[in-house]
Amino acid sequence: MNAETPVEAIPTADDRKIGPVLMEMKHITLRFGGVKAITDISFDIREGEIRSIIGPNGAGKSSMLNVISGFYVPQEGEVWFRGARRPQMKPYQVARQGIARTFQNIALFDGMSVLDNIMTGRLTLMKTGLAAQSLWWGKAQREETEHREKVEKIIDFLEIQAIRKTPVGRLPYGLKKRVELARALAAEPMLLLLDEPMAGMNVEEKEDMCRFILDVNDEFGTTICLIEHDMGVVMDLSDRVVVMDYGKKIGDGTPDEVRGNQAVIDAYLGVAHD
Amino acid sequence: MLYREAGDFKTSYASDSQTFPIRFDRWRYWAVVAVAFGVIPFVIDDYWANAVAVPFLIYAIAAIGLNILTGYCGQVSLGTGGFMAVGAYACYKLMTAFPEVSVLIHVLLAGGVTALVGVLFGLPSLRIKGFYLAVATLAAQFFLVWLFNKVPWFYNYSASGQITVPERTILGVAVTGANTPAWAKYLFCLVLLFVLAWVARNLTRGSVGRKWMAIRDMDIAAEIIGVNPLTTKLSAFAVSSFYIGIAGALFFAVYLGAVEVGEAFGIQKSFVVLFMIIIGGLGSIFGSFAGAAFLVLLPVLLKNVLVGQLGWATDLAAHVELMIVGGLIVAFLIYEPHGIAQLWKLAKEKLRLWPFPH
Ligand SMILES: Nc1ncnc2c1ncn2[C@@H]1O[C@H](COP(=O)(O)OP(=O)(O)O)[C@@H](O)[C@H]1O
Ligand SMILES: [Mg+2]
Repeated sequence: MNAETPVEAIPTADDRKIGPVLMEMKHITLRFGGVKAITDISFDIREGEIRSIIGPNGAGKSSMLNVISGFYVPQEGEVWFRGARRPQMKPYQVARQGIARTFQNIALFDGMSVLDNIMTGRLTLMKTGLAAQSLWWGKAQREETEHREKVEKIIDFLEIQAIRKTPVGRLPYGLKKRVELARALAAEPMLLLLDEPMAGMNVEEKEDMCRFILDVNDEFGTTICLIEHDMGVVMDLSDRVVVMDYGKKIGDGTPDEVRGNQAVIDAYLGVAHD
Repeated sequence: MLYREAGDFKTSYASDSQTFPIRFDRWRYWAVVAVAFGVIPFVIDDYWANAVAVPFLIYAIAAIGLNILTGYCGQVSLGTGGFMAVGAYACYKLMTAFPEVSVLIHVLLAGGVTALVGVLFGLPSLRIKGFYLAVATLAAQFFLVWLFNKVPWFYNYSASGQITVPERTILGVAVTGANTPAWAKYLFCLVLLFVLAWVARNLTRGSVGRKWMAIRDMDIAAEIIGVNPLTTKLSAFAVSSFYIGIAGALFFAVYLGAVEVGEAFGIQKSFVVLFMIIIGGLGSIFGSFAGAAFLVLLPVLLKNVLVGQLGWATDLAAHVELMIVGGLIVAFLIYEPHGIAQLWKLAKEKLRLWPFPH
């Protein structure tokens, strides 16, 4: 793929409102034994923006998302969220703060239908206890219906009505990615982390996914932090871009600024255009 | 012709998530319920109650319980026998300590006690998984049996070391003890199974069930959507043990009447219930019924045919039974991990499309 990837007829990012800093990573260093996956990286994510992380394979991008979502605990550095330093948290606690994500290698629940998978996205929002649910009366049933309505909106939005009742194990790759996005959206997150949402897709599927990402950002005001390899896509979608190489940050700025940065051209863009 | 979805449109999300979305299935369900409650109690005799009906009802409760833990939440357990023993002994202690309280309350409380014990033994599940968890529950199995043998307080210091059920009545009719009529045993167990199966169905179709299944299918992804693995696994252990404890209480109080713990609730009990859910279908309430029915009926059938009609020796027939069950377990594990329930579902899907298979 190159910069000419067709993503026209998509609302441009210009007139949207970018708010204050939502999340700030301060001097993060992450090691696995002797391997330094991330070395002293700082950057911030502002409310309402689409923030991308790019870099060659093994640069530490996924590790960075894992730090944000609480899977990896960095040896050094601080994570600040909504103006306060975040104490060390388990992934499920991070999720409950309003951070949802998708994985580079799809992580859906293969034994469940598409609908049930997406419904799991709302688990943090569902409050009826075990006792009320065991009777399936009043509150439990009402809650189920309410959340089902929300989930149906997401199903419509992502145009996956036809596969609602299909077990996810039977779906092709591109649709699985879409269902995983649906599950993340179902949580109505403040911050959405997407790890290579377009990897392995054909041009058409990529265009759809781009459109969904922009629409999510536009219509729901969701802040998005995105890892992507396709430079054309990244440059078109993003408000700001972080460039990583060998665990270090080598560039940070608007797509135009990053494109003009010599270190970035040497390390990444140059390679990509070979 | 009746078996159709077409023309049976759903107009609300509630009706879309009901247990039997197809009208014909609903009719069949109500027919079964009507026969179970309205016909069988009037015709059942001691042989059918003791050989088939009562063990089936009790095993179905245990199988639903284990299915919640293993089939829905993905935590393999070989401690079912031990947990049934907890239910039995808790029931016995409660019945003898508070004779004026209804036995129904005792049975439910026995389930509650077992739930607590189950949570305790479920704690390691946060750290260990799969095979290692199975071994840990196996240890629980042996420990519990040993405990009930070793501590005389549990069997009220009786000389034989056995526990024997006192007679208790509900609405003036004996439901435990030697004078219990067949229909009373049957009806007591049936009511409990009916309510417990309905509750299990409710739990598994809502958010609790989705949490369990999320942990089963991929625990890392479950955590990322906000599922707390510890509380979710422990809730599965608690609910599962509640069911298994009630099954153990009934097995002792209604079915056997007198129990020696190693004999009634040994490791073979754990395997029988596990086989039931494998053959019947992991992650299916209906499968729990099917598996329990199958493994209760098979020996009765083989005994009647092989011993009764063909004149084989009893132990030979018992060996044939073991071979059949063993073969079926292997076959189901390899070819159809979702058991009889899935075969049934596939058959219905074929029927739904018949006579136009595409
Ligand atoms: N769980 C882990 N254990 C050991 N090393 C890891 C682990 N996760 C990532 N790494 C290492 O960290 C580096 C960065 O990996 P990753 O974050 O996946 O890169 P990217 O997503 O940019 O391709 C790689 O060298 C990788 O081998
Ligand atoms: Mg990666």
